[in-house]
Amino acid sequence: MSTAPHTKNRPEFKNIHVTQILSYRLPAGGFASFLHRFSGALMFLALPFLLWLFDMSLVSELGYARLAEVFSSWFVKLVLPGLSWALLHHLVTGVRHLLLDLHIGIDKQAAARSALVVHFISLPLTLLAALKLFGVF
Amino acid sequence: MAANIGPRRLVVGAHYGLRDWLAQRATAVVMAVYAIAVGVYAVFVLPPGYEAWAGLFVPLWMKVATLVAIGALVYHVWVGMREIFMDYVKPTSIRLFAYLLTLLWLAACAVWSVQILWRV
Repeated sequence: MSTAPHTKNRPEFKNIHVTQILSYRLPAGGFASFLHRFSGALMFLALPFLLWLFDMSLVSELGYARLAEVFSSWFVKLVLPGLSWALLHHLVTGVRHLLLDLHIGIDKQAAARSALVVHFISLPLTLLAALKLFGVF
Repeated sequence: MAANIGPRRLVVGAHYGLRDWLAQRATAVVMAVYAIAVGVYAVFVLPPGYEAWAGLFVPLWMKVATLVAIGALVYHVWVGMREIFMDYVKPTSIRLFAYLLTLLWLAACAVWSVQILWRV
């Protein structure tokens, strides 16, 4: 392990630890960013479940028909809208991050506003996706 | 910039930070384009039912496009999960173990998706 000289007495700025999350009041940008991370991790864990559904939808006519059965369980009814939110929130905040990377809307007011706007886009879209998933329209 | 790096300052690293940062953004664009295109097409254009849905994945170019999107997903997820573990899991042994599990998890998902796509 190599260490550079002159590293003594330098202030240390560490990441917020998970256990400290609740004691911080995050600004809108931090909140959207945290949810971006959270929704990403959620989808990572759900990947096999989504592949299982994808597999069933493509394997045969019978498998496709079985999807309706799977969708009728209360657990899946709970999970799928959650994952729809995760995908849509991750997508919308991801686009916001890309725009910030391109220095679009980077000043304080604009960034704070867009950090709120993402929810007004992703939440209604989630509602529509959930209604579509359960065949309301 | 260069003025900061004198003989007394040790610069180390494999410089994959910037590469991963860029790759995370590039793969995000690939996935967004694929997901929006397929999502909009499946919801608004495709007639309902198995025939049309499975038919969508029959052409080779669609299988390849889907697999490319899944490849982008795997890289993207790797960068993101690695970032999360670097931030929150400090003991090196547990962190490395989490990396290993993540890679195995993603490799398994990628192989499975090949099987799903090429059976249609």
